[in-house]
Amino acid sequence: MTLADRVMDRSEVVEESRWRRLVPTPKVAIVAGVAALVGYLALVPLGYLFWGTFFDNEGLEFGGFRRAYGNDRMGELLQNSLSFAIGAAVLSLTVGTTLAYLNVRTAVPFKALFFAASIVPLIVPGILYTISWIFLASPDIGLLNTALEPIFGSAPLDIFTIWGMIWVEGLHSSPIVFLLMVAAFRSMDPSLEESALMSGATRLQTLRKVTLPLVRPALLSSVLIILITSLESFEVPALLGLQNNIYVFTSRIYFVLRTYPPDLAAAGALAVGLLLIAVTGVAISRLLAGRGSGTFQTITGKGFRPRPMDLGRWKPVVGTGILLYFSATVLAPLLVLVYTSLLPFYRKPSMDVFSALTTDNYVELLHLDQAQTALRNSLMLGVGTATLVMAVMAIAAWIAIRSRIPGRGVLEQLTFIPLVIPGLVLGLALSFVYLRSPIPIYGTMFILLIAYCTKYMPYGMRYATTSMGQISSELEESALVSGASWWKTFRRVLLPLLAPGILAGWVYILVVSFRELSSSILLYSPGNEVLSILIFEQYENGQFTVLAALGVVMVLTLVVLVTIAYKIGARVGLRND
Amino acid sequence: MLNIEKLVKSFAGEKARGRRRGDAQAAVFAVNDVSFEVKEGELFTLLGPSGCGKTTTLRSIAGLEHPDSGRITVGDRVMFQRGGDHGRSVNLPANQRGLGMVFQSYAIWPHMSVFDNVAFPLQVRKRSERPSKAQITERVDRVLETMELTPQASRQATKLSGGQQQRLALARALVIEPPLLLLDEPLSNLDAKLRESLRYELKRLQRELGITAIYVTHDQIEALALSNKIAVMTAGEVVQLGKPREVYESPANKFVAEFIGTSNFMPGTIGARDAEHLTVETANGKLYLQSAAQLVVGDEVVVSIRPEAVELSRTSLGAVKNEWSGKVVARAFLGDAVDHVVAVGKQELRVRVNPSVSIEPGSEVYLRLDPTKISLVPVG
Repeated sequence: MTLADRVMDRSEVVEESRWRRLVPTPKVAIVAGVAALVGYLALVPLGYLFWGTFFDNEGLEFGGFRRAYGNDRMGELLQNSLSFAIGAAVLSLTVGTTLAYLNVRTAVPFKALFFAASIVPLIVPGILYTISWIFLASPDIGLLNTALEPIFGSAPLDIFTIWGMIWVEGLHSSPIVFLLMVAAFRSMDPSLEESALMSGATRLQTLRKVTLPLVRPALLSSVLIILITSLESFEVPALLGLQNNIYVFTSRIYFVLRTYPPDLAAAGALAVGLLLIAVTGVAISRLLAGRGSGTFQTITGKGFRPRPMDLGRWKPVVGTGILLYFSATVLAPLLVLVYTSLLPFYRKPSMDVFSALTTDNYVELLHLDQAQTALRNSLMLGVGTATLVMAVMAIAAWIAIRSRIPGRGVLEQLTFIPLVIPGLVLGLALSFVYLRSPIPIYGTMFILLIAYCTKYMPYGMRYATTSMGQISSELEESALVSGASWWKTFRRVLLPLLAPGILAGWVYILVVSFRELSSSILLYSPGNEVLSILIFEQYENGQFTVLAALGVVMVLTLVVLVTIAYKIGARVGLRND
Repeated sequence: MLNIEKLVKSFAGEKARGRRRGDAQAAVFAVNDVSFEVKEGELFTLLGPSGCGKTTTLRSIAGLEHPDSGRITVGDRVMFQRGGDHGRSVNLPANQRGLGMVFQSYAIWPHMSVFDNVAFPLQVRKRSERPSKAQITERVDRVLETMELTPQASRQATKLSGGQQQRLALARALVIEPPLLLLDEPLSNLDAKLRESLRYELKRLQRELGITAIYVTHDQIEALALSNKIAVMTAGEVVQLGKPREVYESPANKFVAEFIGTSNFMPGTIGARDAEHLTVETANGKLYLQSAAQLVVGDEVVVSIRPEAVELSRTSLGAVKNEWSGKVVARAFLGDAVDHVVAVGKQELRVRVNPSVSIEPGSEVYLRLDPTKISLVPVG
């Protein structure tokens, strides 16, 4: 064949596709970059964690495990962790489900209070919530103890017990259950219940035999979420449990690292144990949910507005209960925080105290460089994390949902891995990585940025995939057929359509990174404190009044951010639950 | 104009790829060896029930599906070729095929105005091929004018009514003046009244603008009303290809006869033959009909009788061919017609007659079957 023949033989099309093979298109480059980044964030910390736990300079070794779980500590740790998690789950599930049922299905009074209470976990970070409850129910300085002393004798409440831990964690989580169950009750066709009533079942029988079995999937996922968040919870066990040597996994890890010299291998061993429990929990719930799915087709995505049931003579009782709940979850913790922030030094309330209230603490904050740095760091990290996560997850969501690239399912799974990594474990794993890696970011803000990006990747992915799922693929295909390239289609059609969802995710991630504590506690270095770390330090130093003022500032900032998040969320039909 | 040769697309087949041919049996063929040709200016319909492969075929032409093998050419441009004796593989991406497509949901971009939606295909062209801003405005205006959307040009696209959205989708597909227009059930989202008026509108536009179009639908009436040619598909294969009247009056098999309109089937054997005039012996008596099929006396056949090919009366006309007697079993008033179920021997026939004829159940009736409207379909 002559050269001329060969040239003639090749059509233009073939020529073009050969070029494409040599030079990566923007699509290939971007997709590969995103996949690599997600893989790096999800897998590298875990790899280093296992390596650092099981290997030292001499090779495989289990000394870390011996030191972590030896001396019968294993049994105690497991017992404490599980009773804490299960106790908190039982409390929050009972309270949350009851409130959700009342709210959706009955003509309950004070409905506005429900949603005020439901945003508490977002606007009052766990650390502030825990400290508030210390102010309320510590045996020494607790305001409630003072109030109850005349009736029950001295210090009837002790927050520094496993019951105290369960109380604080359970109350703080109950709004999460509430929101999940409200969604479940709303999406259930009320005629299912009505037909049970028509068949002659009593209200209670209907509840037991129809309503609860139908919302079982939502109940199961609530249980699981609360169990895992309680297991991962750091602030409650650290602030309440360490006082009386009640250790759970997270506080033990912190304790092991804080003693000198820090025992990294033992901390790693504990982290691996905690990770295993979390993974087991997720696996069990998948199994249960998988068995249940398909059976529950009756629950549609439709929103129903059933006629609310009249409570009759129970109304005053239920109303009182709700006021009590609201006082305990919202009012008391916030009021005690504000009260403390206005004191010159911490003491119990009396007439003298109220006449001596002062704003000195806030003035002091203005002069406290540390506080301003921390506020700035928290905001910067929040904005940076939110922007990076949403940008990368928008592409990742496209790959997972729209593309037919092989391995897209794996990519989606990878983005959800951090969901089962407790914050403290992630912090530990990242310090393993960057203590050993030549990248000099240990002790800088960048390591915090990486930690936050990893931790909130799943949330970003969920927002991005949800909004991607709402966009018909025909909108994208019609752009392709119109002649637009992949990147042009993405930029001009997908991105504008995704924008509301991405914005909602952005604000949500900004909110949650703004208050992050459990990963930061192992990764920050002096000078790089974020807001929650500064509060933690001030608590340990006993600076309660300045801390309270800082806490109030933090809550106010979060109120602003959460309000924006809800405004956007309501507009695009996404909820921050 | 458009040529499809031996198009194959299997779904589970993606995994089986690379394995030996014999192993790929688990693959489900969405499109199995489909070939057809569409001539310039023709409106060609792919008709079939859902899952028959008609949409997959259309999406393969658009470049949104990647077929396993076959060849697709538009004019002299090869859009796709792979396998067989086609030489090198070619698969032009959807955004380089330059075709127009109207999607089932219309896929109108909700964040753009009507004008921007239509301008998009021109704006995204390569810089060297992109018309100037003024030219874009002029061309978009012209298309909007044709589609009678000029007053809505600056409106948000989502604020349009169903019919307007449909015209907008059409305008966007036509603005680049594509050689071929692909229509994926474009009328299925509309209510019955609007669907009917838009059907004629579409036909008029297609004829006036001389567009070559492929139309996918599961609605046989739409297909019959609109098309120059129909390809009836089932299970990934084209089972009949022909003009609407041919497909309706002489269905190639039982599936086509049943899918397009309703039909009564009756088994029989050829009793006598004189050129195209046949006598078929059935359980209910002799039937006289015309067919060019290659059949000899004694062959087993199935006769297909359309409900409207039967005339119904209370009295016999006497010595007429194809007159049977029966008994009305049920009837239903449909507005523009009356359906009767008539028992003839052991069989029940569905008969559709003018509303002026309405015979109560239980009555003895006579049925006359028009020999020119009875067709034979292959056995099995």
